[in-house]
Amino acid sequence: MTSPIEIEGAEASTEVDEQTERKRSAEPEKLEGRSPGQLMWRRFKRDRTGVVSAYIVLFFFLIAALAPLISKLYGKNPYTLYGQDDPTLLNDFNMPAGPNGGITSEFWFGIEPTLGRDVFMQLLYGMRTSLYTALVATIAMVFMGVLIGLVGGYFGGKVDYWLGRLTDFLLAFPQQLFMIAAMPVITAVFVAPDEETPTYIHALAIIGVLWFLGWMGLARLIRAVALSLREREFVEAAKVAGASPWRIIRKELLPNLVTPILVQGTYMLPNTILSVAFLSFVGVGYSEPTPDWGRMFAIGSDIYEQDPVYMFFPGVAMVVFVVAFNLLGDSVRDAFDPKTGR
Amino acid sequence: MLRFILRRTFGAMLILLLISAFTFFMYYAIPQDPATLACGKNCTPDALAIIHKNLGLDDPIPVQYWKFLSGIFVGRDFAVGHCPAPCFGVSFRDQQMVWSTIMDRFPLTLSLTIGGLIVFLIVGLGTGMIAARYRGTWLDKVFSSISLVLSSFQIYFLGPIVLGIFVYSTGWLDKPKYVPFSDNPGQWFMGLLIPWVVMSVIFTANYTRMSRSTMIEQLQEEHVRAARAKGMTGRYVFFRYAWRGSLIPILTILGMDLSALLGGAVVTEFTFGLAGIGRLAVESVVGKDLPKLMGVMLFSAAFILLLNVIVDALYAVIDPRVRLS
Repeated sequence: MTSPIEIEGAEASTEVDEQTERKRSAEPEKLEGRSPGQLMWRRFKRDRTGVVSAYIVLFFFLIAALAPLISKLYGKNPYTLYGQDDPTLLNDFNMPAGPNGGITSEFWFGIEPTLGRDVFMQLLYGMRTSLYTALVATIAMVFMGVLIGLVGGYFGGKVDYWLGRLTDFLLAFPQQLFMIAAMPVITAVFVAPDEETPTYIHALAIIGVLWFLGWMGLARLIRAVALSLREREFVEAAKVAGASPWRIIRKELLPNLVTPILVQGTYMLPNTILSVAFLSFVGVGYSEPTPDWGRMFAIGSDIYEQDPVYMFFPGVAMVVFVVAFNLLGDSVRDAFDPKTGR
Repeated sequence: MLRFILRRTFGAMLILLLISAFTFFMYYAIPQDPATLACGKNCTPDALAIIHKNLGLDDPIPVQYWKFLSGIFVGRDFAVGHCPAPCFGVSFRDQQMVWSTIMDRFPLTLSLTIGGLIVFLIVGLGTGMIAARYRGTWLDKVFSSISLVLSSFQIYFLGPIVLGIFVYSTGWLDKPKYVPFSDNPGQWFMGLLIPWVVMSVIFTANYTRMSRSTMIEQLQEEHVRAARAKGMTGRYVFFRYAWRGSLIPILTILGMDLSALLGGAVVTEFTFGLAGIGRLAVESVVGKDLPKLMGVMLFSAAFILLLNVIVDALYAVIDPRVRLS
């Protein structure tokens, strides 16, 4: 199977690569074929901004994944109300008694006002909740977007028309408001009104609403690419050879769509994380005591006048994370598709 | 031209109808009796039956939907009184007309949305144009990096910081509050200044980037070069030829950002403790007040679609090709 998209973009830089390689290593005879993936990887490694951002993003995912281990080493957990056990930690107004939000060698990022939990642990576990939720939601969105886009683009005609109308219709929804509005409906389907909502239902509901209104952009993009690929010779050849539509979609079209899927996916993930945070910020996302990144902002803006330090760590962490992720997205795009320069 | 706008308006109405049906059936598909929510903790079967009757919950769901729809155009009668023409029903909780509650809250959200829109369009397009004009210089680099970092700030993080600097520490500005424009335009402006700026920041960056790249593209176009060759002044060519052309792709993106803009207004409301339509939505979600929620959803969808039609009409103003077709 050939992949026309990558090869078109890659030819020029292959030559350049080979020339520099030849000069450096002086082995002109050995010409290796490189897959598009290898070429992309080589281009990506040369992009210093991209590599640094990738390390930062990886770092975030790593500390989120290792939160329980860090919690053991640090000796605290996100649930214990340290401020209530030890009355010296909080003052009479339920604010951290020490300076700078109660930062000490014992509480690295200070203590939470009122409840008196450890901010460092809150942030770590909060990031864990948000990142995991967003990751699952993004995968679901990508899956849906690719499926709808491919089916519409490949089959065309009536199927395409109706899928297109569905996409337009969902795009017209006031997204954020709908997310807020749909949360109770989804939870109500699973949980009786007088019962406590378990955390996994919250997670399911959040992932559900994000997924429902998150796939349309990708679907449109994939549809456009699939529409042009459909007319290519190799697809026609496969058709003539008697391949089933499913096989053509899987074996001929999908490999050519890896680039837009990966690039778009890298852009979608940070936005999804922000949406998860948005839901918790307005108070319809995860509920106490599940630690959550977005809810830290809700608490933080309530008590900002008395304790501005509380907001500092979750805020800076989020800015760094989003900057790194956006830069990473740009680098991934450049590495896959060197024609579209910045 | 008129036909184009009429067609778009018709399409918007159709989408609105679909959204209303979707939302309505979604809420009434919940395996919960809405009346028990309105009834409260100490509910007797008799009280429940009365509420059922008052809210018209005894009818089959399609009939209820029809009554809801026709109520928007001709009004309805409830046990609490008559609900005049744009009737979105009566709240389950406080027995208020949903329409009047929305009308109470909406001016704030409208002020936030439109004000934020104007701020980020002016700042975003302005800096983008300057960056394109001085491409490759330090000015361009400074604008580009600032826009990247600022776009990664969130309203709920930036808001408290700005409040901390300009309100709590220095006292230069007052805490944001909403004063209706008709009461006092000056106070209205000062009260919403901080929310507008904070809200526009997340959008500004994107528009700086876009405006910069489309301007650079436009400046290399043939018609711009031809205008220069004819000896027109640089400024005239820059604004009249290049800038106008660069607005078309930006308008397309703006049309897609409108619902995010309303979302931004919602977050801004929460950040600054202002009571607009976003807070109303969350209040009605938490209070499980279905008619209010329906009203908010439909109303905001209509608002976004209206803005969309306006954006479509703007195409015709900017692009003569649209006017001709």
